[in-house]
Amino acid sequence: MSAPPTHADYQLSQLEQLEAESIHIFREVAAEFEKPVLMFSGGKDSIVMLRLAEKAFYPAKVPFPLLQVDTGYDFPEVLDCRDRWVDRLGTRMIVASVEEAIKNGIVHEDGKTTRNRLQIGTLLNAIEENAFTAAFGGGRRDEEKARAKERVYSHRDEFGQWDPKMQRPELWSLYNGRIHEGEHMRVFPLSNWTELDIWHYIGREGIDIPSIYYSHQRRVFNRGGMWMTESEFNPCREGEEVVEKTVRFRTVGDLTLTGAVESDADTIAKIIDEVAASRITERGATRGDDKFSEAAMEDRKKEGYF
Amino acid sequence: MADTTAENTQTTIVSDDMDLLRFATAGSVDDGKSTLIGRLLLDSKSIFEDQLEAVETSSQAKGYDYTDLALLTDGLRSEREQGITIDVAYRYFATPNRKFIIADTPGHIQYTRNMVTGASTADLGLVLVDARQGLTEQSRRHAVLLSLLRVPHLVLAINKMDLVDYSQETYEKIHQEFKQFATKLNIPDLEVIPISALKGDNVVDRSEHMSWYSGPTLLHHLEHVHVASDRDLMDTRFPVQYVVRPKSDEFHDYRGYAGQVAGGVLKPGDEVVVLPSGMTSTIESIDLFDQQLDEAFPPMSVTVRLADDVDVSRGDMIARVKNAPTPAQDIDAMICWMTNKPLQPRQKLAIKHTTRTGRAMVKDLQYRLDVNTLHRDQDTQELGLNEIGRVTLRTTVPLLCDPYSKNRTTGSFILIDEQTGVTVGAGMINSGS
Repeated sequence: MSAPPTHADYQLSQLEQLEAESIHIFREVAAEFEKPVLMFSGGKDSIVMLRLAEKAFYPAKVPFPLLQVDTGYDFPEVLDCRDRWVDRLGTRMIVASVEEAIKNGIVHEDGKTTRNRLQIGTLLNAIEENAFTAAFGGGRRDEEKARAKERVYSHRDEFGQWDPKMQRPELWSLYNGRIHEGEHMRVFPLSNWTELDIWHYIGREGIDIPSIYYSHQRRVFNRGGMWMTESEFNPCREGEEVVEKTVRFRTVGDLTLTGAVESDADTIAKIIDEVAASRITERGATRGDDKFSEAAMEDRKKEGYF
Repeated sequence: MADTTAENTQTTIVSDDMDLLRFATAGSVDDGKSTLIGRLLLDSKSIFEDQLEAVETSSQAKGYDYTDLALLTDGLRSEREQGITIDVAYRYFATPNRKFIIADTPGHIQYTRNMVTGASTADLGLVLVDARQGLTEQSRRHAVLLSLLRVPHLVLAINKMDLVDYSQETYEKIHQEFKQFATKLNIPDLEVIPISALKGDNVVDRSEHMSWYSGPTLLHHLEHVHVASDRDLMDTRFPVQYVVRPKSDEFHDYRGYAGQVAGGVLKPGDEVVVLPSGMTSTIESIDLFDQQLDEAFPPMSVTVRLADDVDVSRGDMIARVKNAPTPAQDIDAMICWMTNKPLQPRQKLAIKHTTRTGRAMVKDLQYRLDVNTLHRDQDTQELGLNEIGRVTLRTTVPLLCDPYSKNRTTGSFILIDEQTGVTVGAGMINSGS
């Protein structure tokens, strides 16, 4: 027998530890759930999830489909990137359209509710129709204080609701995937990642992400301190004026709610520097949907939001 | 909080090869835990302006004349309403060479259950005491739990030193008292630090008021405590999680066993045994995505291929031929019970151990441990919510286990109520036969 190993030789960086933990979670779900699905928005977090899933099962294909909830107001650049990933991995893609859900009376558009909120009903309907038993989400606990309370395996009842007071204790890496008929589990493999970890990983892996994360010229107007994209879906209101700016996006979602930030960061390295120096969270900077109340995220999550 | 308005420039963190420390906080209700976490986040520049603004607005709305940093950590509506922390929350911050994951566990109601949850993955336990109170039942209980869960490093932070005139005598007294108490426990590494979370003494910056203290500040200790050697690199343990079979043209004959290394170092060419079948083979390759690795160690998630076509499935374990766990169906373990309906002898439950799932019956409840006095109550008939006891279980499937003291992964399990599906118990194995 050779000399005993010394611990210094066997050290993983924190990013490698996060990767190992996430891969473990993906495999655990694939092994124990009948019908998992990966919720895929085309944003940076869901792309990192897809990359980790690819690694978890390589050289086999990712053994579950992707589910996108399309608000109809998605950025074309994001949809392009989504299609590149689906083509490369040969994975099945299911699109649940908010527009169709409105048409079919599944969700109700009242002119006040944003399409972000209408995603909830559309998503729950898609989960029910397809009888999915587990749905991977890209939520991170560093994003928001309600998310800091979230388990890796988050139990949802037959209405898709989250009950923060009834969460199962989660010990070691022993995840409990028991559910009853009609219930499902939301699973968050990126729970322990921070925004910076995501960017470091994208850089390290050379991952293809939508072009709008990099600095570019865009026609925008200022609303509530955020630079919103000029679009037929999001008409300017009185006093708002379209200007051309050099911007990028920190998060991507529905273009009627996602604001851009002024930035010259056109490489991953520059984005990392910018994010590291930022004094505002990504949601605070660019997401209109979290600004409604102190518990906006918690309330949406209880209803079944991701 | 004078400096909440001060210039906050985020430390630029650009390295992606940082090291990771997971720590769990403990302490009773008014010992200033939320304030300490708020202070660590604030002084390490991990609080963002929009978060701080939200907390300031809420503090004003509640009529406080100070910024209540606890509002930053109480993430749920009902927690803010009641001003208490209900459940474990996980928080993140980083300094240039280390990232920290804090399991922020509530100080009261259901303390044991939540402490066990937070401490199960922690490298370090942080117990806060109020310098004016000294050691309380709660601080002793938390130290016992951390020791039972084999959290390798412990910090006793003596808080509110500003309220005892930064007295060295007070510090020494609590320090000595704790050392005395700790002799009964298994605490391999202890650091005792006098702090004031409210004023910031010895949290991030060294205190000007305690020149008699020559040890590290809390953050300095958290940044430098050595955790790499806390893993078992000698005893190879690889629980098989998932069988990778592409059946594609390109990888027609590929058959890989995916899992996370739980102990030891795996290398191609190693002679291994597959349990419980006892079949032997040799490791042909260790794959991580499209790379073949020279070796794999905890906590890497890899895919192992064997030279021979042996039957291996989820729940099996790959170990070294001369160093393998003995499959056991009679398990002697410590249990933390986590639900209102008490645990009783003859009760049947589902058990999950590594990647193996089976059923277990409580054959014998040996004793209930009083976590305050360490007294073993052998007359007990059941274990109630948040109680800890020693049991003997009989399992339907053999567990490929090690003592928890040797390996926290192969030595732990959870118990699940088969009707409700809820996790009702956490177990730490003493021995199996």
